[in-house]
Amino acid sequence: MNRFAELLDRLAYEPGRNNKIKLLVAYFGETEDPDRGYALAALTGALSFKHAKPGLIRDLITERADPALFGYSYDYVGDLSETVALMWPKAELPGHNNPPPPTLTDVVTTLRTLGKAELPAQLARWLDELDETGRWALLKLVTGAMRIGISARLAKTAAAALGDKDAHEIELMWHGLSPPYLDLFAWLEGRGDKPVNSDPTPFRPVMLAHAIEDGDFANLDAADFSAEWKWDGIRVQAVAGHDARGHIQARLYSRTGEDITGSFPDLVPSLHLPGAIDGELLVLREGRVQTFNVLQQRLNRKVVSPKLIKEFPIHLRAYDLLGDDANDLRELPFTERRAHLEAFVARLDDPRIDLSPMVPFANWEDLAAARADPKSAGAGNDADAVEGVMLKRRDAPYLPGRPKGPWWKWKRDPHIIDAVLMYAQRGHGKRSSYYSDYTFGVWTHSEAGDELVPVGKAYFGFTDEELLQIDRFVRRNTTEKFGPVRHVVHEPDQGLVLEVAFEGLQRSPRHKSGVAMRFPRISRLRWDKPPREADRLETLERMLISMTGS
Amino acid sequence: MPGSSPRMTAKHRGESAYIGPMRPQDILMPVPAGLCCKPGGFHIDPVRPVERALITHGHSDHARAGHGAVLATQETLDMMRLRYGENFADSVQAITYGEEIRLGDVAVTFHPAGHVLGSAQISVTCKDTRIVASGDYKDARDPTCAPFELVPCDVFITEATFGLPVFRHGDAAGEVNKLLASAKLFPERAHLVGAYSLGKAQRVIALLREAGYDAPIYLHGAMEKITNYYQERGIPLGELRPVRGMKKKAELAGTITLAPPSATSDVWTRRFPDPVTAFASGWMRVRARARQGGIELPLVISDHADWDGLTATITATGAGEIWVTHGQEDALVHWCKTRGLAARPLDLVGYGDEDEGETAAITGEVEAQPEGETKA
Ligand SMILES: [Zn+2]
Ligand SMILES: [Zn+2]
Repeated sequence: MNRFAELLDRLAYEPGRNNKIKLLVAYFGETEDPDRGYALAALTGALSFKHAKPGLIRDLITERADPALFGYSYDYVGDLSETVALMWPKAELPGHNNPPPPTLTDVVTTLRTLGKAELPAQLARWLDELDETGRWALLKLVTGAMRIGISARLAKTAAAALGDKDAHEIELMWHGLSPPYLDLFAWLEGRGDKPVNSDPTPFRPVMLAHAIEDGDFANLDAADFSAEWKWDGIRVQAVAGHDARGHIQARLYSRTGEDITGSFPDLVPSLHLPGAIDGELLVLREGRVQTFNVLQQRLNRKVVSPKLIKEFPIHLRAYDLLGDDANDLRELPFTERRAHLEAFVARLDDPRIDLSPMVPFANWEDLAAARADPKSAGAGNDADAVEGVMLKRRDAPYLPGRPKGPWWKWKRDPHIIDAVLMYAQRGHGKRSSYYSDYTFGVWTHSEAGDELVPVGKAYFGFTDEELLQIDRFVRRNTTEKFGPVRHVVHEPDQGLVLEVAFEGLQRSPRHKSGVAMRFPRISRLRWDKPPREADRLETLERMLISMTGS
Repeated sequence: MPGSSPRMTAKHRGESAYIGPMRPQDILMPVPAGLCCKPGGFHIDPVRPVERALITHGHSDHARAGHGAVLATQETLDMMRLRYGENFADSVQAITYGEEIRLGDVAVTFHPAGHVLGSAQISVTCKDTRIVASGDYKDARDPTCAPFELVPCDVFITEATFGLPVFRHGDAAGEVNKLLASAKLFPERAHLVGAYSLGKAQRVIALLREAGYDAPIYLHGAMEKITNYYQERGIPLGELRPVRGMKKKAELAGTITLAPPSATSDVWTRRFPDPVTAFASGWMRVRARARQGGIELPLVISDHADWDGLTATITATGAGEIWVTHGQEDALVHWCKTRGLAARPLDLVGYGDEDEGETAAITGEVEAQPEGETKA
């Protein structure tokens, strides 16, 4: 446990992605089974046990320390687990036969079966045996508050690097593996066969588009591209396959590979043919696509009531096919995949799944006209749910990540960016109990790699319901407090993306970013989007040039 | 209990209460210039120019220029000379540890404080009452200075820089091993260790040497003079090189450099290949503090006593009355009271904690380096 804690501690301070990977690879390389496997599980969120409540931790310390001294200390440190970890009194263990500190494996396997009544005494024993950092990590783990600024993807990338493998290979087999991943590590170290992917519904990393700028068109030939509407919904991957007993299984993933099947049970029966569809999740009522605000009622639901399903009927609009039964189609050019997709959707023959229509155009002027008026260019009554057009190179394979060139997005409203929430402050008047003033930032390149630079503040644009959601997010994800201001986690893989709409941009030497927004407002919460995919300062710079010509 | 301020009849006699037992506050009392000893005619670590000053140690907030006569250890006097030049006081007198000097009605002795080279606790005895002003001190091992000496007394004046039970500094050697492990894992990067120039830097170097690290260690310009002085005093620090001469980034890959903390967030760092920024300070125990300073490798190494050190020392002095100065006074005063000790915070202004000043410098709250850094 102490060694794992040391790793977490170091990761929490290390900003560089490659350096984080290096720290992880070193850990995986020098740590034995099954500890490293449980570490991988902890880092990828694959561990599950009942979490301890903060009240329990507080009781443990006040039984052992002067409550006044605890109060002074907590005030100073600002974090319960950390305060307790640091001030936990040294155990007066007799002689030399102190028990060795628990391993991560001890902790994980014990917690799995431990009764609620036994938890306090067990925790206290472990706290006696661990050092400061070990106690901190233990308390973070048992309270379910382990935020260390690395994604599941990064942990898998590091595990893959241990055996010189591609993270993608692990991704494909991941759902068939379980902690402590002995077979995975055996394969990575060349001691065992590649684990058979028993998962019939693996996630495939998604392909993303770059925002197109006016200047880009000069270098692009319209004939090389096909276009389709960019729908204002949620990007998903719908995967179905046969399990070991030949039954069809279906899973719905977010763009980051998070399993969101549980929120959309009504879509599962429609996924009755083995294959992997890349598409947009929408709410359709009487054949009409509803706005994103309507769709939002279906997001982040733990319980999905029949009423909800009836009122917000879910729909999948398909635009790509990555796998057809056992065939991986990703190497094929887009036009061929599209042909497979059309045949696949026809075979599915399901009212909940349809094709995203192509937008015909002969030159960029045609497409500009269609983008300006989707209603008369084929989108008809669904035009309100169109936020632009997508351009896809006809000859491009499906490539994970955001390769520059094959895919472009051309949004309708140029005055919208995706930014990352950085700081939150309490509001005034009747909002004074909520964190309702938000400072948001976009990515920029610095010496140390990519970093977020604040570009504006917004106080409105969100609904009351959304205010509650953001407030909750802020409180749970505060990294530091400065008076009324909270620093909110904003890492490439952790944080909240805000879609910000604004009226204009101007240069401002007063701002570190060099630009200032006019009337920024939160137009949408992008829970579905990881911060690394938020916009960059360069995008704002280019917007500024096209708006002001300077 | 001796010295536990008997509430005597001297009240109406005002200040001239030299008849009968002395009240501790008649021997030493806080005034704007610092801790004043009227019967001895001197101040301890005065923050304003005074006629006669007794200085505990060379840190710039304790050792200031411009006094009439200065009494301190040879090392402290040398450090003041290095920082302020030859004429930092009208006259100086060196005192060795344990040597007794009478000043007015009091007897004064200096005892090792274990804080930095030459640092001393100052014991002031008047009639039967002994007060020890400990300055900054630590009871942890430090190969670069004499170990802390316990001086039994009636009143103990203690610092409280780390006066909260969350501060437990642990084993400094373990922290140095962390640094070495990181240097091994990232051989293509430079390791930049922020450390206070007087004392902390030399201790870190000495600990690196003890851990078997024998490659040259690089120094920021502001550290050279004081580090050379440590070497002159016979403290072995191995091969040290100035960073100044290094022209190529690549040459600094895999090296360890000591720098004043304020420099580790400066353009100065651009000469290093993808530097890992470390900071050696007791404050690094608290994560928010380390993150605030943009530190990547916090090293919990302190030149002040931690909570366990403070409380153990207070108990061991046998003092019945404790005066608590700079730092987290409230918690320590509270603790003393729960142990049946008379305790009060001492209102002294003008003492920063050197590390505190430096963290502030990292975060940009303080623009200038701590006083003395620039001249040292
Ligand atoms: Zn000092
Ligand atoms: Zn001090």
